[in-house]
Amino acid sequence: MNEEEKSARKIDRRTLLTGAAAATALVILKTASGQVIQAAGQAAQGAGPLTQTAGQSTQTAGPQDPTKVQGVPPSVLGTRSPFEQPRLIASDTSSRTPLQDLFGSITPSDLHFQRHHGGVPAIDPRRYELLIHGMVDRPMVFTLKDLKRFPSLSRICFLECSGNFRTGKPNMTPQEICGLTSQSEWTGVLLSTLLREVGVQSKATWFLAEGSDAAVMTRSIPIRKGWEDAMIAYGQNGEALRPEQGYPARLLLPGWEGNTNIKWIRRIELSDQPFMTREETSKYTYPVKDGMIRQFSFEMDARSIITFPAYPVQVEKGWIEIRGLAWSGRGTIDSVEISTDAGKHWFPAALQEPVLDKAHTRFHYLWNWDGQETEILSRATDETGYRQPTLSQLVAARGPDLGGYHLNPITAWNVKSDGRVFFKPEKWK
Amino acid sequence: MHYLPAVFRPVSTRLALSVPGVCFVLWLCACGGGGQPSSGQPSSFGFGRTASKAEIAAESIAVGPDGRGLPAGTGDVRSGRLLYATKCAACHGLTGKEGPAVRLVGAMGDTGKAKTIGNYWPYATTLFDYIRRAMPYNAPGSLSANEVYGLTAYLLNANKIIDSGSVMNTATLPRIIMPARKYFIPDDRRGGPEVR
Repeated sequence: MNEEEKSARKIDRRTLLTGAAAATALVILKTASGQVIQAAGQAAQGAGPLTQTAGQSTQTAGPQDPTKVQGVPPSVLGTRSPFEQPRLIASDTSSRTPLQDLFGSITPSDLHFQRHHGGVPAIDPRRYELLIHGMVDRPMVFTLKDLKRFPSLSRICFLECSGNFRTGKPNMTPQEICGLTSQSEWTGVLLSTLLREVGVQSKATWFLAEGSDAAVMTRSIPIRKGWEDAMIAYGQNGEALRPEQGYPARLLLPGWEGNTNIKWIRRIELSDQPFMTREETSKYTYPVKDGMIRQFSFEMDARSIITFPAYPVQVEKGWIEIRGLAWSGRGTIDSVEISTDAGKHWFPAALQEPVLDKAHTRFHYLWNWDGQETEILSRATDETGYRQPTLSQLVAARGPDLGGYHLNPITAWNVKSDGRVFFKPEKWK
Repeated sequence: MHYLPAVFRPVSTRLALSVPGVCFVLWLCACGGGGQPSSGQPSSFGFGRTASKAEIAAESIAVGPDGRGLPAGTGDVRSGRLLYATKCAACHGLTGKEGPAVRLVGAMGDTGKAKTIGNYWPYATTLFDYIRRAMPYNAPGSLSANEVYGLTAYLLNANKIIDSGSVMNTATLPRIIMPARKYFIPDDRRGGPEVR
């Protein structure tokens, strides 16, 4: 342990709480992954003891009494506190939401996960058009202005990439394990409204959704989803969609795997069969038993993850509020259970209201930790009675060659006697 | 339609509109396949404009597994090989096996775990559709129909699916039966207690 780490550990909770109350002692902790955590904020929220871990360094803001100097005047655009620097983790193909740094259930729009297949296109909303054609009575073109004239609807739901599972080493954060899920309040027009407008012919059973990115990304969607709850969304968390989320308009299929929610949507073609596009054949399909390959795997099954305490935090003995997120693409979360003894006993967590359909649901569980090394786990059950499986249950159901899609296993965190928390990766191949 | 999942979600869709301190739960009556308007909405709002045949033709580039949507044109293995060397090999490797971009070539049983056109792609029409819309990476959508037919022929031949004298066009391409086709099955997850 180097000197910086030692000094970080010396800060006790009382100091942090006092500092938070006075809004002066700001301790910025930088994690190994480059994220910065405001420890005072965590403690003031009752997150429990210290949040620093090995590998962190500290910076302290100079003491300054904000009551003795005029603050900055109103601005034309709000800002995030410079002491708060949540970041996505970006790779060549995707970037991941810092689940462990967020509160509540809404993901700030700029922290929504990203997965693009041909980069983020620049689209002039004045030139934007959505063409709906194929097996319809009246093929039509809608401008963005047209779309906004139709009855609008807002709903909160999660979006999750079907490839949202990483494992392999103990020092992984929730963001690294399953940061390809995010939640927004989406606003737009129900696709059923547009389908009525064009007059869908009775033989149409599928529709193609096509984006205007460089991949001209396409997926075939069963039309039942179009009548059920699909939307063309143009709003996200109270403002226009972010470019990374499909500006100016995207398809939203609540509860269905992320890539089917075609961003920058330019065309919908009604058909009597799926088109067998590259993304629904060579990608987003996965091996199951007997050498077979599962296709058109749309719904995201129920899942949960404890986001606190989780790597890289370190906790102290005593009361800890275990917190996390649970969600299901098949409806509402019915219950979340917590085990603090490596799965021997399970107890119900409290669910934060409102518990919404196909939405991230925050859970809480109060735990009085005795300081002994243990494992903590969460498992979600949705309204269909589906209970989040273990990885070994998934392997048993799909066979040893199961691919990387639609994996939603129970995540275990190993709490060491010194309070450090590590992911417990399982061997599965 | 065997791909249509058998279990339908409840007909009514719950949508919550949040207002500070209040949560309105709005029960919307979703419609069945007939698409009858719910009460209070007109059968048509009259927004938008009719799409012309020309603009539909210009935009509708999707090709179905039965060949619907394939444009007129033709291409053979030889012309495709030349084009591959100039426009594709830089990313996919000299023979489609080397990368750095995804491996394209590898017949059934040849490649270990890599998913290739030969051991994994269930439909040959997908090759035409995807190459035309998204390739080459540095100039997507720039290839002519003949060029795309040629590349499709070359890649199918490299994967030992067609012989080197084959010509690809609207008639021949949809008739190809891909080796992996028989392994694809629809999703059988249904919610409920069983893990699948």
